[in-house]
Amino acid sequence: MTTRGTGPASGPEPSTPTGSGRGSRALGNRAVLVSGASTVLFFAAVALVVALAPGSGLVAERFFSPFHLWQSLRGTPSEPSVLGAFLLNVYIFAISEVLILVLALVIAVVRGIPGPAFFPFRMVAIVYTDVFRGVPLILVLYIIGFGVPGLGIGFFSYLSEVTYGIIALVLVYSAYVAEVYRAGIESVHESQNAAARSLGLSRFQALRFVVLPQAIRRVIPPLLNDFIGLQKDTALVSVLGSIEAARAAQIYGASQFNYASYVVAALLFVLITIPLARFTDHLIARDKRRRQAGGLA
Amino acid sequence: MRERVVLAGLLAASLFLAGCGGAESGGSSSGGQASCDLEKPPLFEKGTLTVATDKPAYPPWFKGDPENYGGYEGEVASEVAKRMDLPIKWVVEPFNKSYAPGAKDYDFDINQVTITPERKRVVDFSDGYFDNAQGILVLNGSPDADVKSLSDLKDTKLGAQVGTTALDFVNTTIKPEEQAKVYDSTNDARSALESGQIDAFVTDLVTTVYLRDIEIEDSEVIGQYPGNEEFGMLFEKGNPLVGCVNEVLGEIKKEGTLKDLRDEHLQQFLEVPTLEK
Repeated sequence: MTTRGTGPASGPEPSTPTGSGRGSRALGNRAVLVSGASTVLFFAAVALVVALAPGSGLVAERFFSPFHLWQSLRGTPSEPSVLGAFLLNVYIFAISEVLILVLALVIAVVRGIPGPAFFPFRMVAIVYTDVFRGVPLILVLYIIGFGVPGLGIGFFSYLSEVTYGIIALVLVYSAYVAEVYRAGIESVHESQNAAARSLGLSRFQALRFVVLPQAIRRVIPPLLNDFIGLQKDTALVSVLGSIEAARAAQIYGASQFNYASYVVAALLFVLITIPLARFTDHLIARDKRRRQAGGLA
Repeated sequence: MRERVVLAGLLAASLFLAGCGGAESGGSSSGGQASCDLEKPPLFEKGTLTVATDKPAYPPWFKGDPENYGGYEGEVASEVAKRMDLPIKWVVEPFNKSYAPGAKDYDFDINQVTITPERKRVVDFSDGYFDNAQGILVLNGSPDADVKSLSDLKDTKLGAQVGTTALDFVNTTIKPEEQAKVYDSTNDARSALESGQIDAFVTDLVTTVYLRDIEIEDSEVIGQYPGNEEFGMLFEKGNPLVGCVNEVLGEIKKEGTLKDLRDEHLQQFLEVPTLEK
């Protein structure tokens, strides 16, 4: 809204008969009206284009048929329920998330240990993040999911395909999350560490009680952002054979020749993502309040 | 707040409108096949029969170059084109896209697609050109190697490929105790079989025998089960060309050409004992 700057001197504007006397309240109302009207117009135009497109009936039937939406959600004797399969996504996500948080923190901390004696450890951490951020997840899934069982080495080769999927997700996402942690750790000013050490805290204690608490608080929003990505990438585990929501949708689609099952799977993913997104917003807002309160004190 | 209410209303209205349209078009196009004049067949591209299949196309269904496919399906399509007095042109159509809404950029798709009532609501099929059976592939020495009936497979770790009627067959006829694993491609299923993630791979009989003979050493096909299903060529719903193709296909069947092609390309893949239920 640019009206705020024009003021009473802007004569050519015909729709501002009220003088400057009404103040910002009138302008505010006008802004609401204009934004409301433009929103309505915009979405009406989109809806009209979609509804009047020659193929809209066909698209509606193929993607949004209520019958297929409901039937794919529920499943049939020959096709798995998309909702039931989605529980596998939630399961994979829940387990991977915890493991990633731990492994990534270890990698980030190792990467930050100073001193020449720790060079090989730092090198391993650097190579790890470079490799697993660079290799596409689907390749890691194939290598772990079909390669490790192929080796035939006792326990490790006889895990379930879901377990291999979780291992691959943890390997790849830990590399990303380790970098997020590292950014957080490096954002804490060096003087914090120096002060902690001068108080007699050991290097580990300084890290544990001074640096990490500040670092992790700062990186919670980007961490959650990565986890929203993780939620969706659980769908890729299906390449190893397990039936999660996206695969169940594909099975339904191929057998009924209808894409509504994909819409159902998409809605389920969105449904679980929104709470996490709002939770992230909440954390950011809380953190902001706290820091501002601290500034005043 | 008001904005949001209006918005939601609009979206709901547009969905409703779209929904109505869907019901209409679905009703009008299911009215049976239109007649087709073989002298002037309605083609996608004038003077050419444009035929689609997936890529990669596997033997023995397809052999050779995409410019001039051989193999069973390749030659069936060529025979249809020959009898319609048209040159054939091959294009690529992924299976998942074959049932997408909208106009198709080919005359028909031939890609081992089974005719089912559910699919018939969405696309049109030619008459069947192959009776499909399911086959079950295991590694040599597998405890399932001497299985004689489907009921012995209930406690086996089964795998199937997504989008196949074999998966349907596993879920509704074998009904294994452990949910079957589902793979994107024959290759993935093969890796899973070789690495012991699954004990048996269920797919169409011809593919199992092909895998046994050409791709996977030390494997065997323990048996086939008649699928009671046929492969058909897939057409856009309401395409009148189906009539012409069916007429030609009828000739090809009556004169024994279809059986000759089947004997030439597929017979060696069909000689497998039948499993009891």
